[in-house]
Amino acid sequence: MENRPLISVEGLARRFGETGQPAVFEDIWFGIDRGEFCCLIGHSGCGKTTILNVLAGLDSPSGGAVIVDNREIDGPSLDRAVIFQGHALLPWMTVIGNIAFAVSSRWPTWDRARVQAHARKFIELVGLAGAENKRPAQLSGGMKQRVGIARALSIQPKMLLMDEPFSALDALTRGMLQDEVLRICADTQQTVFMITHDVDEAILLADKIVLMTNGPGARIAEIVVNTMPKNERHRNDLHRHPQYYAIRNHLVEFLVNRSKAFDREIAEHGFDPRRPKLVKPGLSAVNPPADVVPLRHSN
Amino acid sequence: MKASLGMRAGLLSVLIFAVIVGIWHVATLPTAASGPAVDPEYAKLVGAAAATGSKSAMPTPADIGATIWKHLADPFYVRGSNDKGIGIQLAYSLGRVLLGFGLAALFAIPLGFLIGMSPLVYRALDPFIQILKPVSPLAWMPLALYTIKDSAISSIFVIFICSVWPMLINTAFGVGSVRKEWLNVARTLEVGPFRTAFKVILPAAAPTIMTGMRISVGIAWLVIVAAEMLVGGTGIGYFVWNEWNNLSIANIVTAILLIGLVGLLLDQGLAYLARLVTYPE
Repeated sequence: MENRPLISVEGLARRFGETGQPAVFEDIWFGIDRGEFCCLIGHSGCGKTTILNVLAGLDSPSGGAVIVDNREIDGPSLDRAVIFQGHALLPWMTVIGNIAFAVSSRWPTWDRARVQAHARKFIELVGLAGAENKRPAQLSGGMKQRVGIARALSIQPKMLLMDEPFSALDALTRGMLQDEVLRICADTQQTVFMITHDVDEAILLADKIVLMTNGPGARIAEIVVNTMPKNERHRNDLHRHPQYYAIRNHLVEFLVNRSKAFDREIAEHGFDPRRPKLVKPGLSAVNPPADVVPLRHSN
Repeated sequence: MKASLGMRAGLLSVLIFAVIVGIWHVATLPTAASGPAVDPEYAKLVGAAAATGSKSAMPTPADIGATIWKHLADPFYVRGSNDKGIGIQLAYSLGRVLLGFGLAALFAIPLGFLIGMSPLVYRALDPFIQILKPVSPLAWMPLALYTIKDSAISSIFVIFICSVWPMLINTAFGVGSVRKEWLNVARTLEVGPFRTAFKVILPAAAPTIMTGMRISVGIAWLVIVAAEMLVGGTGIGYFVWNEWNNLSIANIVTAILLIGLVGLLLDQGLAYLARLVTYPE
């Protein structure tokens, strides 16, 4: 292919158990451009985490490939940092120890002072200055996840992979961290792939929202372009933006109805798995629509 | 005002101790009855009081106290091969235990690491471990004596063999059950196998390994007494057996108390080390 995006997922499929079992997902095609924030939304069991693990190099697909920078992924890489759902900090190390472990893995020739200074910079970035010498057990859930974010950013990866990073946090903490991730990613022009099942989180953070149908045999149904400009997205008045409800209704409608009946849609309209339809619901209804879907999608 | 739980427990301990000593004292009081005439040879052998039956060989608490004091006042004397201070005997036993235990740790922890990392090796070695683990370490003694032909080394071997299993099994279990996400952190950071082993797996499994070491040292201290009774020569086990031949119950009781005390110190020492490597999650 000529102009490949930074990350190109091509024909990915995953089966568990013997061959002949139905695939969890198959024929998955999508791309993520440099500097883009891409969210993947779908119900539990459609294989979202498996796709992220394949991108991270922690799992290998049953079919297809992921191409990063024109090279096929064949294992984990320091170019792709993972923020784990359960923060995955090493509990016997301090905050700075956890980050320094990552930094010295990235730059093995750096001396101790340089590693510590670099780690300290990223602790400050996520607002944890002063907590350097605490152990993870002494931190709140939100602080732990901040350390996880600092660890991922500290190795200055080409892309960040996040697996529902805020799902275990309370609403207030989640909101604060979302704001910070938004700010940090905008500042550093980070390429991000994030799994979420929170529609509002996706609208706040993502430039592109990939919608996945239910498994088994899950597919990419379509890709929603977030037409709300990044600088107009603020958590507190997101719902006042003229495009917000159109996008939100589109996503909720997909999760509630279309995700499980997508086969019927294919039968009626046809479907090219290689080129998932790009939709821009935000532009089709700049004025708030009359029929607001009141349901808030929950896990 | 109510005293703290620790205070009341301590008071109760003292009370129980006093009751036991009291019963013991009453039970071993000399009887005034004059027994039948005794063969002077026998009287010379067991002591006049015991021979007449006016005093049993069982010492009174006061005798024990005096004996303990005598031993503690001069624990390191050497007056010939069968008359060494109790400190020296304990030191021999401790030396054997620490040597056998140390060798076992050097062997069991790396091997346990390997077993824990590889399901293949785990399943291949499992039948051997399962069969050899329940064998009393003393059953190895004849085999050790025959092959090694040295009683001192044989007793160390017996300590080795009884210390190996808990450390081997705990290390394998600890290494095998390191959380997947911690290993994934190391993988995504492209950490090499050795650095992963020392920086992630070892600290993660350290509390489990230390528990294994604590169990091992406890068993080793149990076994050394029996092993030294068999092997003879030196050590606290030999001392106990020797005093049995001398029918000196007071010395035996002293040895029992000191064995318990040293065992407690060994256990507490490893518990302290275990606390150093334990991490809250």
